Amino acid sequence: MNLSSIIESGFKEIWAHWFRSLLTMFGIILGVASLVTMSAFVKGKENLLKDSLAESGGLERIIVDDNDDLPDYQKHLEDEANGMTLKDVYALQKNAPLVYNVTPVIEKRSYRGSLRVSRKGKRVRYASVKGTWPSLLEIEEHELEHGRVFSDMDDLLANPVCIIGTQIRNDLFGEYDNQGEVIIPIGENIMINYIPFKIIGMFKQYMSEEDRKKKEEARAAGQTVARRDYRSSYMSGDSQSHTTMRIYSGKNSTIMIPINTLVSKLDSAYDRGSNMDRSLSKVAMNIYDVSTLEKSLQQVRNVLMQTHKGLEDFEFETQEGFAGDINLSIQNERISGMFIAGICLLVGGIGIINIMLSSISERVREIGIRKSIGATNMDVFLQILTESIVISVAGGLAGIMLSPILVNTLASFAADTTPPVMTAFAMAIAFGFSVITGSLAGLFPAIKAAKLDPIQALRYD
Amino acid sequence: MPLLELRDIHKTYYLGGETIRALDGVSLDIDSGEFISIIGPSGSGKSTLMHILGCLDTPTSGTINLDGMMIHDASPRQLAAIRNKKIGFVFQFFNLLPKLTVRQNVELPMIYSGLSGKERRERAMNSLSSVNMEDRSKHRPSQLSGGQQQRAAIARALVNDPRIIFADEPTGNLDSNTGELILEMFDKLHQEGRTVMLVTHDPEIAAVTPRRIVIRDGKIANEIDPKLAGDVPKFEQFTDIKSKKTDMTS
Repeated sequence: MNLSSIIESGFKEIWAHWFRSLLTMFGIILGVASLVTMSAFVKGKENLLKDSLAESGGLERIIVDDNDDLPDYQKHLEDEANGMTLKDVYALQKNAPLVYNVTPVIEKRSYRGSLRVSRKGKRVRYASVKGTWPSLLEIEEHELEHGRVFSDMDDLLANPVCIIGTQIRNDLFGEYDNQGEVIIPIGENIMINYIPFKIIGMFKQYMSEEDRKKKEEARAAGQTVARRDYRSSYMSGDSQSHTTMRIYSGKNSTIMIPINTLVSKLDSAYDRGSNMDRSLSKVAMNIYDVSTLEKSLQQVRNVLMQTHKGLEDFEFETQEGFAGDINLSIQNERISGMFIAGICLLVGGIGIINIMLSSISERVREIGIRKSIGATNMDVFLQILTESIVISVAGGLAGIMLSPILVNTLASFAADTTPPVMTAFAMAIAFGFSVITGSLAGLFPAIKAAKLDPIQALRYD
Repeated sequence: MPLLELRDIHKTYYLGGETIRALDGVSLDIDSGEFISIIGPSGSGKSTLMHILGCLDTPTSGTINLDGMMIHDASPRQLAAIRNKKIGFVFQFFNLLPKLTVRQNVELPMIYSGLSGKERRERAMNSLSSVNMEDRSKHRPSQLSGGQQQRAAIARALVNDPRIIFADEPTGNLDSNTGELILEMFDKLHQEGRTVMLVTHDPEIAAVTPRRIVIRDGKIANEIDPKLAGDVPKFEQFTDIKSKKTDMTS
């Protein structure tokens, strides 16, 4: 008996009891659909987290922060500690060949009250002003969409120029003008602590793919999108979405100015001294190779121990922990999702075993007839096994077709969670599992049917 | 050389500590082209004999040579192939698959011998027309009368051109007129040169065959063979010559 006629007779048998077969298939359908759906949500979360890791500079970014909390044996030297300065930056540039883009950053944030960003009576609710060098754009993965980056000359002359994020533009100018065109405020002035700064550049708008799609759809429909209130989105949704949201909205609320401009125009008189001694918020840098992270950190540490006269008043901030958290949480969700989907498939498989057993006990006589006209035990075995596989394959395909509907329905119920991403790989895995389940479930009934004695089977009523 | 050659066939069952000798030393030769009946009351062992001859069962001891093949020690797989190619079965209860059409039922043996779909259809239709059933090919068994179902079953038995056809009480489930038609059909097959074996408890039915073998208690109790007796005895005479011994009885 060749394979095509076995499969054909499998389909006929299933079609003859289509309702029963459909009920049996439901177990497999739900198992496959839940597997695909689960992996779509996990994949969506994984993509979002990985994106946000990349957006915040990836694993290549290292930040050196002040650390006021000296080790115990150095506590008595606390007064000597003066944090990170430009001296450290130059020392690292010269003496730490494993890192590049060593960049000083002085950051002032508006919500601490020390900073006021305004224009014609409008005020920015939250802004982060960073006095830095242009290389920070590369480290923090900033992309300039309009205008230019400030030059070394701007820095040297402490020119009052700035590059703004789109959220600053939205707060001070609005997003669209009366014609519905996007406002590009290059050349306009804004006030930072009542000092006019000229906008020379603007970053692109940072947002997740999902938000971008929503925005484009809304724009095509002729609506303006209400500004996403990130504080309210902090309240709902899960913690990892917060991290991501914070990274995007933080980047959009950035104002970058030359570091000398910040020191000379925005520092209060009290802070004034030699620029070289001005303490920095942090020093950011890139490493050439993620695999040499440990070595690079050690090298930076050695250099800084020299410039800090042995005082360990700094600490490193790498993204490794973030990356580890991502992997761990994805792994956990994958395992729990797999577990649930696995149970669904198991239940589906038991359903198949059950129905195949009742099906062969209804068909003992048929099996006897088939054997009497020349069916081998193998033919009977394959016939029953094929029926079970056909049920599971059909269930698997139906489950895959059902899964986009399930994913979209679930996603629309929970608008604030991460957008799910369906992958062909997950579908293939789920389908494969359904076929394996069907084969295993068919095995026992098929052996039972093949072993039937033809004489007994022919007498059976 | 005979088509079927049985030598000292024993079949023993063990049921609850009791030994049942279903066949107790049966030896028998059947030539190609013979029309033969096996007669015996229920429990006589005639069904067991037919099952062993039909390769559905294997003997406890003894040798069987079917068409040059020693089937008493063949593997289940070889037996299935022999059933498929060399043997045609016709049953009392027709044993057609109710979910398939008549043509699909007739095609079944060819599916197991691995013929292509086109050839299967052609041969199934040929076989159906030889029993005048070609106009019922698309019907389900449940839409047919008993006689028609039995004709379809005969078409199925013939479709792989077997060396021998076994009919187990083929008229047992039919009224006498239809039963006669079926028996005529077997006679016609015999005229065409086929080997046919009827298994029945009814001497009246057995009377249509020239050669009759009576089985009782697992042994051949009597045999009427025209070759040995010289002429074909009438049914009326049959019961009278029960005591006649031939060299074939054991």
